[in-house]
Amino acid sequence: MIIHHPILGPRDAQEFVYLGDAGLINRPDGMTAGIEAFHDYAYNRDNPAGEHRELWYHEQGDRSWLVVTRNTVTHEIKKVELARDVARAQGRSK
Amino acid sequence: MRYSGFRVIAEALTGHKGWKPVWRDPAPQAEYDYIIIGGGGHGLATAYYLAKEFGQARIAVLEKGYLGGGNVGRNTTIIRSNYLLDGNEPFYEFSLKLWEGLEQDFNYNAMVSQRGIINLIHTDAQRDAFTRRANAMILHGADAEMLSREDVRKLYPWLNFDNARFPIKGAIAQRRGGTVRHDAVAWGYARGADMRGVDLIQNCEVTGMRIVGGRIQGVETSRGYIGAKKVGVAVAGSSSKVMAHAGMRLPIESHVLQAFVSEGLKPLIDGVMTFGAGHFYVSQSDKGGLVFGGDIDGYNSYAQRGNLPVIEDVAEGGMALMPAIGRVRLLRTWGGIMDMSMDGSPIIDKTHIEGLYFNGGWCYGGFKATPASGWCFAHLLANDRSHETAKAYRFDRFLKGLMIDEKGQGATPNLH
Repeated sequence: MIIHHPILGPRDAQEFVYLGDAGLINRPDGMTAGIEAFHDYAYNRDNPAGEHRELWYHEQGDRSWLVVTRNTVTHEIKKVELARDVARAQGRSK
Repeated sequence: MRYSGFRVIAEALTGHKGWKPVWRDPAPQAEYDYIIIGGGGHGLATAYYLAKEFGQARIAVLEKGYLGGGNVGRNTTIIRSNYLLDGNEPFYEFSLKLWEGLEQDFNYNAMVSQRGIINLIHTDAQRDAFTRRANAMILHGADAEMLSREDVRKLYPWLNFDNARFPIKGAIAQRRGGTVRHDAVAWGYARGADMRGVDLIQNCEVTGMRIVGGRIQGVETSRGYIGAKKVGVAVAGSSSKVMAHAGMRLPIESHVLQAFVSEGLKPLIDGVMTFGAGHFYVSQSDKGGLVFGGDIDGYNSYAQRGNLPVIEDVAEGGMALMPAIGRVRLLRTWGGIMDMSMDGSPIIDKTHIEGLYFNGGWCYGGFKATPASGWCFAHLLANDRSHETAKAYRFDRFLKGLMIDEKGQGATPNLH
């Protein structure tokens, strides 16, 4: 698989470490969320067959986190974004 | 129709005209007491034991494709019970005991071959860890043996003992481990279940679940609605897809695991062997092909095919261990979809929906578990409580901190 890095261009997926569902960006607030919410965040996954937004870490590159939109049935990559931009668009890290 | 030596001779003398299809192809009835979703190894074993050991009737197995067409036909056929943790070892030892009596039990030749498995040791720390594992296995009534470097050399003198980075320093052996003809397991269970009146319904995809007031009523399928008192789901690889019909999110990711078979060779490896420095496991089939595999690809996938980097990695593992196979050609590679759970261990449990039961999360260790998985799931379905050896495989273990994490990797499914 080739991941089209927004800054570095086409990179082999082997340069990356895979973390999983991009929903992991949205960690609940530890001061307010209950144990159920944290359990759901840490352990449960949508795990769709089809389009999946997921976190890849460019360990052997610029060490950026990316949100890759990829089809889990065909392995086709539709979209690659910097995780930083995705998180900021969601109002994180103000 | 029972199989016997006499029967084989009689058929040989009469032109093999007496063999009949070994299971029916029934249309679904309007309602069953039990519906098992998934006609693979685990689902068929569940139906078989439910009918045979737990005396239940009115059972159907619903299979989207054909019987045994999923992971039970795509694995590397290894059986063993060399686990460390309390939650796992009794279960896998129960499974290995069932394997030992399986062919007599269901009167079908599954080619259960207890040719032994060895896991190689390359460092002192690994020897300590494997010694501990061997002790745990023995304490749970399994067999385990520590082999010295010379013991291993007697078995396989052509291994790369003096590899500069990963010298072979010994092995842990389980002589009762081995291989089984994987398809025959599905066929044997299917035949045994059919003989006891279980309806095996193929080309029947579950497209929805009818749940009223927190209780399951039945399932919507591509062949119409089928009512059921209890529904058991055993579709590892596609668990998240099927359980989504019940609105459930699971502690599971689906990943692709590749397997490989080489061209046929003369006898080289008479048992099962794993490389302890990389991730590489190998046995030799009765046709002579080396059957081997390594790590999962590491990203969510439902594709049943993997990518080249993992093939390269597995080949490197093989070459580091066995330089002799350098010119052997690869015949086939294929992929299967694994339920990778959050602690690397399976789930056999009730759900919060009354009458809906779940069996999955087998990671890439599901084949060896087939008999015990079927038995324990049938036990749960029939009695509404867990079998003694499967008590730890609960849904809520992640909430309660009761994980069974053999590798100690935490909630990272692609590393288990």
